[in-house]
Amino acid sequence: MPPHQCEICKITRAQVLRPKNGQRICSACFIALFESEVAVTITSTNLFQPGERVAIGASGGKDSTVLASVLKTLNDRHGWNLDLVLLSVDEGIQGYRDHSLEAVKRNSADLDLPLKIVSYEELYGWSMDQVVAQVGKKGNCTYCGVFRRQALDRGAAMLNVGHVVTGHNADDVAETVLMNLLRGDLPRLSRATSIITSTPSAAPPKDDGAVSFTNVKRSKPLMYAYEKEIVLYAHHKKLDYFSTECIYSPEAFRGSARTLIKNLERIRPESILDVVRSGVDMAKLVPGADGKCKGACGDSKAAGSTNAAEEEAEGGCGSSNTNSGGDSMVEMEKKLQQDERTEANGPETEVTLPANPKETVSIGVRHSHEAYSSLPPDDGIYGQNHEKNGASKATAVPIRTKQEKKSGRKPTRDAAAPKQRLGQCERCGYLSSQSVCKACVLLEGLNKARPRTGVEVGGGG
Amino acid sequence: MADPIPLTVEFTGGLEMLFSDQRKHKISIPGQDEDGSASNVAYLIHWLCDNLMKDPRKEMFVLDDSVRPGVLVLINDSDWELEGEANYELQPNDNVVFVSTLHGG
Repeated sequence: MPPHQCEICKITRAQVLRPKNGQRICSACFIALFESEVAVTITSTNLFQPGERVAIGASGGKDSTVLASVLKTLNDRHGWNLDLVLLSVDEGIQGYRDHSLEAVKRNSADLDLPLKIVSYEELYGWSMDQVVAQVGKKGNCTYCGVFRRQALDRGAAMLNVGHVVTGHNADDVAETVLMNLLRGDLPRLSRATSIITSTPSAAPPKDDGAVSFTNVKRSKPLMYAYEKEIVLYAHHKKLDYFSTECIYSPEAFRGSARTLIKNLERIRPESILDVVRSGVDMAKLVPGADGKCKGACGDSKAAGSTNAAEEEAEGGCGSSNTNSGGDSMVEMEKKLQQDERTEANGPETEVTLPANPKETVSIGVRHSHEAYSSLPPDDGIYGQNHEKNGASKATAVPIRTKQEKKSGRKPTRDAAAPKQRLGQCERCGYLSSQSVCKACVLLEGLNKARPRTGVEVGGGG
Repeated sequence: MADPIPLTVEFTGGLEMLFSDQRKHKISIPGQDEDGSASNVAYLIHWLCDNLMKDPRKEMFVLDDSVRPGVLVLINDSDWELEGEANYELQPNDNVVFVSTLHGG
C-alpha cells in the first residue's frame, strides 16, 4: 500500500497510528504531540505548584523512564521551575532489580536528574531475596507491595519532597476501572480515576516545613497516555529502559484484566480512553466521593481523601508501583484482593470523612462491609496478586489467600471488624488504620522467625 | 521459486527473552510461503516461531495466529497498522521490530 503522509506536517511519512483517534503522524510530530498532551494534563489539573519539589518514582521500566523524560523536557521547555529528582526503590532482588537500577542510573545521568535509591534492606532490615528465602516464593509479593508503599513515602521524606509522581498509564487506569466496576467498589473507583491520590496526614505538618513521610502526595501525570504510545515514545526517542519480569512473579501480566484491555484495544483502540473517561465520570456520581475535585482542584485535603495511600499500593508486585504499567496487571490483581480488605475495613472510608459524613456512603460501605466482614482487620496480608493470578496452583500459600477469601464471603456478622480510624502505627508512625501498620506486622513475623545467629556458608564450606 | 528475503528482526520490551536474549537477529526467510504467495508478516511470525524462538512459551508472542495483543510491530520504524499489518509483503532488508508493552520494569 502507498505510504501515508503525516497528517500534521504533511511532509514526512506517517509512522504512528494514534490509538485515541486514528490519526496518522510522523515520529517527530508524535513526540511533540505526546509531550504537549501530557503538558495539558498537568496544567489543566494544576498538578504542580511552581518550584515544587517532585520525586519521580523510577523503576527503570518504560513508564517511569518516559515519565522522567517527558517531565524533564516539559519542565525545561515551559520553565515550570520544578525541582525534579528520581526516586527508586531497591527491593533487593538480585538478577532483577539490580539490572533495572542500572537503567535508572543511566536515566539519571542522561537526564541530569539526581537519583535517590532507598532499599528495603536499609528501611526494614530485609531484602526481598531474604524475605523469599524465609517465606518462600509464594506470598512474598505481599511483603514487597506493603514495603514499597512506605519506601516511596519514606524516600520522598528523606529528600524532603512532598510529591511523588508515578508512571501509571491509561491502560492501567482502564484496567482498574473495569475491575472496580465489576466488583462494585465505588470508593476505589473514584480513587483510581483521580489524577492525585493524596496521603492524608494524620500528623500536623512539622513546624520546620520538613516533609513527613505520612504526608506525601501521589499523582499520575500519564494517566491519559496510552501504554502503546508510551512505548512508541520511548522507541522513537530512543530512551533506554529495562523490561523484564520480576523473577519472583514471572509472567504475572498474563491475567484477565490486562488481556481484556488489550483485546479491546485491538478491536477498537479508542476503548481504553473511553473506559478511563467513563470511570472518571462515574466516579463523580459516587455519593460523597472525593473523585469530584480531588485531582482537579488540587486541594486534596479538602475532600476526605480516605486512606488512599494506605490502600493503594500494598499488595503489589515487583515494580508496579514505582513504575509502571507493565505490571499493572499484577497491580490489578493485587487491588482485587485489597479491595476485599478495603471492604472489610469499610468504616475507614466513613471515618475519614468527618466533615461530611454522608449517610449514603456509610450505608453503602457498611453493606459491603457486612458481606465481607469476617476478615480480620489486619489482613492487609492479602495482596497475593500472583498467587491469585495462577489460582490453579495457588496452594499452600503461607498467607492464606484462598482460605480468607472463602471465609470472607460468608456473612458472619459477629466477626465484624472493629471500627478503625486512620491513625498512625504505634511502632513506626506510618499511616495505618490499625494500631500497628501492615509493614510492622509483616516485619514482626519475619523477625520472629529469623535465626538469631546468622548461618553462613564459608568459602571453603 | 522466489529468492529468499534477508531481513533484520528485533525483539524488545521483554520479548528478547524468548529469542535467546538477543535483541537483533539477521535472518533470511523464504520468498514464498507454502501456498506460493509472497511472504508477508503473517508468514514471518510463523517462521519466527518455528525457526528462531527457542523458548517454549510461544503464547507470550503469538495468540490466535497473530502477535499477542499488547505486542507492537514496527515495519521500518512505522506502525504495522499503517503498512497493512500481517498482509504486508516483506521486501529485502526490511527491518521488523516487535515490542512488548506487557512487561514491567
